Amino acid sequence: MVIRHQPWKRAARALRFLVPVALMLGAAACSGDSFPQSTLHPTADSGRAIDALFTQIFWWAVVVFVVVEAALVVTIVRFRARPDRPEPRHVHGNTVAEIAWTMAPAAILIFIAVPTIQTIFEIDGGAPDDALQVEVIGHQWWWEFQYADLGISTANELHVPQGRPIELVMRSADVIHSFWIPKLHGKRDVMPGRVTRLVFTPDSVGTFAGQCAEFCGESHANMRMRVVVDASTDFDAWVAQQGATVPLDSSDAQQVAGRDLFFRTCIACHQMDGVGGVLGPTLWHVAARTTIASGILPNDSASLARWIGNPKGEKPGAKMPQFPLSDDDIAALVAYLQSRR
Amino acid sequence: MATTAVTDTPAPATHEARTGLWSWITTTDHKRIGILYGATAVFFFLVGGFEALLIRLQLARPDNSLVSAETFNQLFTMHGTTMVFLAIMPLSAAFFNFIIPLQIGARDVAFPRLNAFSYWLFLLGGLFMNFSFVAGPLFGIDSLSVAPDGGWFGYANLTSRQYSPGPNIDFWVIGLQILGVASLAAGFNFITTIINMRAPGMKMMRMPVFTWMAFVTQFIIVTAFPVITVALVFLTFDRLFGTTFYNVSAGGDVVLWQHLFWLFGHPEVYILILPSMGIVSDVLPVFSRKPLFGYAVVVYSGLLIGVMGWGVWAHHMFASGLGPVADSVFGATTMLIAIPTGVKIFNWIATMWGGQIRFATPMLFSIGFIAMFVIGGLSGVMHASPPADLQQTDTYFVVAHFHYVLVGGSIMGLFAGIYYWFPKVFGRIMHEGLGKTHFWLMFIGVNLAHFPMHFSGLLGMPRRIYTYPDDLGVTRFNEISTAGTFIIAIAMIVFVLNVIRTLRKGEPAGKNPWNSPKLEWAVSSPPPVYNFSVIPEVRSRLPLWTPNGVSEIPDEPPEPIHVPGGSFWPVLTAVGIIVLATAGLAKSILLAVAAGLIVAVCIFAWAFEPFEM
Repeated sequence: MVIRHQPWKRAARALRFLVPVALMLGAAACSGDSFPQSTLHPTADSGRAIDALFTQIFWWAVVVFVVVEAALVVTIVRFRARPDRPEPRHVHGNTVAEIAWTMAPAAILIFIAVPTIQTIFEIDGGAPDDALQVEVIGHQWWWEFQYADLGISTANELHVPQGRPIELVMRSADVIHSFWIPKLHGKRDVMPGRVTRLVFTPDSVGTFAGQCAEFCGESHANMRMRVVVDASTDFDAWVAQQGATVPLDSSDAQQVAGRDLFFRTCIACHQMDGVGGVLGPTLWHVAARTTIASGILPNDSASLARWIGNPKGEKPGAKMPQFPLSDDDIAALVAYLQSRR
Repeated sequence: MATTAVTDTPAPATHEARTGLWSWITTTDHKRIGILYGATAVFFFLVGGFEALLIRLQLARPDNSLVSAETFNQLFTMHGTTMVFLAIMPLSAAFFNFIIPLQIGARDVAFPRLNAFSYWLFLLGGLFMNFSFVAGPLFGIDSLSVAPDGGWFGYANLTSRQYSPGPNIDFWVIGLQILGVASLAAGFNFITTIINMRAPGMKMMRMPVFTWMAFVTQFIIVTAFPVITVALVFLTFDRLFGTTFYNVSAGGDVVLWQHLFWLFGHPEVYILILPSMGIVSDVLPVFSRKPLFGYAVVVYSGLLIGVMGWGVWAHHMFASGLGPVADSVFGATTMLIAIPTGVKIFNWIATMWGGQIRFATPMLFSIGFIAMFVIGGLSGVMHASPPADLQQTDTYFVVAHFHYVLVGGSIMGLFAGIYYWFPKVFGRIMHEGLGKTHFWLMFIGVNLAHFPMHFSGLLGMPRRIYTYPDDLGVTRFNEISTAGTFIIAIAMIVFVLNVIRTLRKGEPAGKNPWNSPKLEWAVSSPPPVYNFSVIPEVRSRLPLWTPNGVSEIPDEPPEPIHVPGGSFWPVLTAVGIIVLATAGLAKSILLAVAAGLIVAVCIFAWAFEPFEM
């Protein structure tokens, strides 16, 4: 009997080691600020509904895990071969037991399936009439956002008002992408030739990170984005700013040179002051954004200069060509772009 | 079939008559083909493992630049493709080949030359695809490697010529098609073998569970592979001939690929796991000294899993926006699969309950299979729920899930099979100390590598990204995962050393070293070329544990047995198909016609070859 208890002592010692580790992991997972893309710290109705459902399923899984693994461990410890034991009885089955362990998982699955289906219809039920509609267009490897009702558009940083339902109407300009801001909602694929939708109501002001979640080619990892949830008045101010033309400081020779260069080259692909190409993100008010190159670089002079000087060096496969620009040219462009608030 | 030859060709009493490279190339002996499958699968497993090491090294640090984005995308594409099609499936096939005829009391498979053809086509197809790692210069491309880079799931329209102009995807789509032909040929072969070649008395419900699960697997193979075949033909035509099946701007549909791929892809999961479930069902009773608990239920639940696996494919596509009704239906069907799976697990535990459990290496791997497969099963139920899946799909949470199923499950089960049947195949028992070291390193390594991925996934780390910023907050989890992967690598070194050591000076096994109840243990180790000196009559599900459970099998055949000779037509046919594949890559009609001629001539010669059975 003494021998038989030893494995449990070992298990207890293992627990003394494992519990602090588990607590550490738990504590780490509890502060949402250090995990900008956590699915466990929702800040919108849809994200919260998913998180609540996941929590329920998680605890069912924990119960099943503990029961099955405990049964396994108890069995192999209790019935390990010992010379004094007689030859095992040849049992071929037991109908009652087998019915029981068919029914038990079935019962648990009902407790998972019912709230699952409720949640599906809750988060996939279409948008209310007062929803703000934003068109999302995925590109290799950046995001375009068009507010048709407000007559503005932007890229890589989506602004939405707090507390109002948002309906994203999404399509792709090239391959399949997936729109994912974990704290607001789950993913939804963004496809060529189809329109998909995502509806959520953000409940907290803040900046929420996300990125493309469907493998879309060489720089899939660099297709990041942010959603900025503004208080209602801040959002209105942002909208007003986005619709306005930014005056050029004509006393600043560098800005003027940058403007001229921009309208000779960059304008072929980028929008400015309501004109320009559509192959790249609009740069009208680019200085009002916190990041550039779809969320991989901070929006400062040094990063902008690096990006313009060698786009593929920062984002492998980037479609933006590397122009033969002098350092002065780049500095002028940077000065100009930095003034586009 | 020259029946006259049966009596005048004496049985090769020894193996001396069959040595040399040529005898292996032309062999039609299911045991030799099994060994070839096994050795090749282990080789590709090491290749895929090396790719995994590079992936984990790159992800060990945030903003790392060990490999480029391009290389990383090639690595994860080839890691997945290799492990699924070139490692796990052929390792299962190695056991199908070697073990099934012995378990059912047959002298070979139904179509021995078709069997050889399957192997050679698989080997050449695998080499063809991996040749892309050094084929760049042949296409006038700067980089050495033009390996496939569209993911193992190859989603349209990223794989179109427009978005993947290089030869990378051509290697993938043509290579996969070749491997599909090899699998289909093997599938029909084993279905025919199991239905027709069982010894007298070996009724279906007396078959070992391994053979049963292999039987179910073959049906899934011959029904699922045609679906991927169609999908791949569409893609090949889109890329080579400008058709528009997946071209949106010409009226094609990118979601068509997803339905076809996953209609194949989900049953494929059961192709990967059912053989291991069969191995574990055979191993657990031996080392518990008890028959399998609920044999019929284990068999039927395997059948049910095979059938239900067809009704769940769209759970891979919840994020594509199928609508709430489709999501609910596919979520529910997916959850239902948990029931037969759970039943199997409880039956395995009940098999051990009340037994005399010996912790020999095959048993350790089987118990490890159960312990880890449960984790993969439970995370599977989590993303069977479509809303939860919207957060978890395409993140490291899903990577954790299927690695628990495929490494914790399939691979652990296959290692159980290797340690269990190695003495039968080579006549020597693998070293127990090294075996146990292998198991514990593997068990620790697999958990250390994959458990933290649950956290990194839930905290927002997507799959298939070559870089991530430190402020994502998942650096520590990635460090632990990388460390775990290296422990698995050490485990593999121990395994390889054990194989080498055992082949050189392993302890001779004798007929039945584990005291197993199944028919394959009634013949010598390794078995004679004719397997059974007389075709046995089976009278029990556990022939060697039941008094008089099988008729006597003398050591020497009482009368001469004719065994089929070798044939080089299967391997030549396979070569012809590879030439055809090369023609596709080179876009050469002339070469294609030449290859077609080679294949036609070989098949003709094969069909009329005086091949005696």
